[in-house]
Amino acid sequence: MGLNRRNFFKLLGVTGMTLAVGKDAKAASDSGNNDVEFYGIMHDAARCKGCRGCEYDCADAHGLPEPLPSKDIPAVRTTNETSNTVVNTYQTSKGEVFIKRQCMHCNEPACAAACLTQAMHKTKMGPVTWDGNKCMGCRYCMVSCPFDSPKFEYHSANPKIQKCDMCYERLRTGEPPACAFNCPNEALLYGKRRDLIAEAHKRIVENPGLYVDHVYGEREAGGTGWLYLSPVPFEELGMKTTLLKSSYPALTKGFLYSVPSIFVLVPAFLLGLHQSTKNNHLKEETEDE
Amino acid sequence: MNSNVQIATDHDGKSIWKFLISEMKPKGKFFTPFNIISIPIMLLGLGLIVIRFWKGLGSITNLSQDIPWGLWIGFDVVTGVAFAGGAYVLTFMVYILNMRKYHSIVRVTVLNGFLAYVFYAGALLLDLGRPWNVINPIIGNSFGTSSVLFLVAWHFLLYMIAELIEFSPAVAEWLGARRAQKILSGMTIAAVIFGITLSTLHQSGLGALYLMVKDKIHPLWYSEFIPIMFFVSSIFAGLSMVIFEGSISHKVFFKQISEKNHKAQKGIILGLSKICAGAMFAYFFLQLLVFIHGQNWTLINSPMGYWWLLEMVGFVLLPMILFFVSYRTNNLTMIKVAAVVTMLGVILNRLNVTVIGFKWDMAIRYVPSWMELVVTLAVIFTEIWIFRWVINRMPVLRDSPSWVNTNK
Repeated sequence: MGLNRRNFFKLLGVTGMTLAVGKDAKAASDSGNNDVEFYGIMHDAARCKGCRGCEYDCADAHGLPEPLPSKDIPAVRTTNETSNTVVNTYQTSKGEVFIKRQCMHCNEPACAAACLTQAMHKTKMGPVTWDGNKCMGCRYCMVSCPFDSPKFEYHSANPKIQKCDMCYERLRTGEPPACAFNCPNEALLYGKRRDLIAEAHKRIVENPGLYVDHVYGEREAGGTGWLYLSPVPFEELGMKTTLLKSSYPALTKGFLYSVPSIFVLVPAFLLGLHQSTKNNHLKEETEDE
Repeated sequence: MNSNVQIATDHDGKSIWKFLISEMKPKGKFFTPFNIISIPIMLLGLGLIVIRFWKGLGSITNLSQDIPWGLWIGFDVVTGVAFAGGAYVLTFMVYILNMRKYHSIVRVTVLNGFLAYVFYAGALLLDLGRPWNVINPIIGNSFGTSSVLFLVAWHFLLYMIAELIEFSPAVAEWLGARRAQKILSGMTIAAVIFGITLSTLHQSGLGALYLMVKDKIHPLWYSEFIPIMFFVSSIFAGLSMVIFEGSISHKVFFKQISEKNHKAQKGIILGLSKICAGAMFAYFFLQLLVFIHGQNWTLINSPMGYWWLLEMVGFVLLPMILFFVSYRTNNLTMIKVAAVVTMLGVILNRLNVTVIGFKWDMAIRYVPSWMELVVTLAVIFTEIWIFRWVINRMPVLRDSPSWVNTNK
């Protein structure tokens, strides 16, 4: 009887686990679903004049310190906890090329899959946002992100994760992101990701020789919200070109899916072993005597 | 019967607080070499922790935007949990396979495992930037069910409860609570089955944390089999810790151990060394398979390649052979040497995945600050203090009070 009851509770636990994980599986496939229309931004490095106006607009929109003037900074920088975006200058085979860097807003973000509190969250509109009320500051998002986008305030007692949020608050009121809205050279284009990809390929076809035939972000890391066009190969602009062409969270799917089966099989196996070896010690004891 | 238990039972609950207060006082000599070394480090560590919460993580650690996880995660948590693996292996052997030979060391191993989890989870809190939100994944207002870390966090919590239940009869015996002892002992087998299942998943889960970090870990240490590697290596990591800790405990707490258990110790260590050798063979074979299957030959002729070879040959193959030979020749000293080499190898492996091989090609390397080291040492010393306090009071190494046998 006791065994039956135990099995019952075990079954109950297993059902719960399966439900919990099963729900997650559905949610994960949602984000890759074509019904969802993500918004994104395209950066056309052939049009960018490197004015760094977007850096100033971004800092202004997010209450971050004003960027330093160009003469005081190195040509190539990374974003950090006080700047969500940087415009880098590269001397390439086609002369000086400028490229804007920030969080890529992946379709299936590794940071959001890594987050155990859902503080990192892929919104329905496309931006990946951070919620300070949920975040516990474990920095697993930073470890997981293939682009090293999330930045952490190491010198604060109440540290925040800083990264581009695609001006999510502005987006919700119907305004485009600050950087794309203000770009004087139309190097930044905000719109539906699907339309941006079509536009990118159109520009490549219509301007032979101007662009390399590669839309960075179309397939990188399973697709990103930010898309790039460039006159030179992306390696020359310090972009990671060895990244997976599939989503990073998919790498842990196998492990996570094995969890419910382990929760069913291992306890049952252990219980069986326990029952079958129960009387072993009696044998040993009689041998001892 | 133990005199402390006598006092508690004689006064039957009324003087339990007096009893507890009297038990708080230190026993034995205070100015031992261990105390003289550990107290200043613990105090210094405490001071550093205050600074850390006041000025932020950057004030005492060398962590950066590029290296978000350092010594406190790579050593304290990831390595510490591997060493705590002895508890689930031994409970498996004793309660599931009914290998009674190892019964006398189960309690001390479970205590060790429990304290390890408490302190490494504690060390994790030090590393969290926003520790006040640590309850979020537990209370359910934001379940990140797609996160491996979510799984690991829950398993840490549940496993600590399971280990506490496994250990609780010893607490009941210390307090002379006969009825509680009976009830808690009855829960052991359920806690053991639950605990082993959890351990399988979170030992491998710690490896699975790094599955998404494909581009940043050196390919010799990254494979889709990291979870299995972490699980298999936790078996011999845990058992080596049991051998190491057991040989120290047998010297330090000599008086508490009965004649019978002293005699049994040799057989136990020999048996464990055989299991270690077997687990290490499986692990080495797995590593070899992954190496060949991943076509990693081209990576070997580089500094990181030699480093990997050192780990595999010097700290897996060598101690495996040592375990095997010393088991065949009944050489206890060599087993202890093998256990220490194995433990160094596990530290090396975990640090290689989490710190050394992480962004191995970056120009600026992460080296832990002296303050990170002091805090780590302070955590370890505090754990040893608590361990000693419990051993000196509860029937962990010594035999249970005589009423336990009639309490069934």
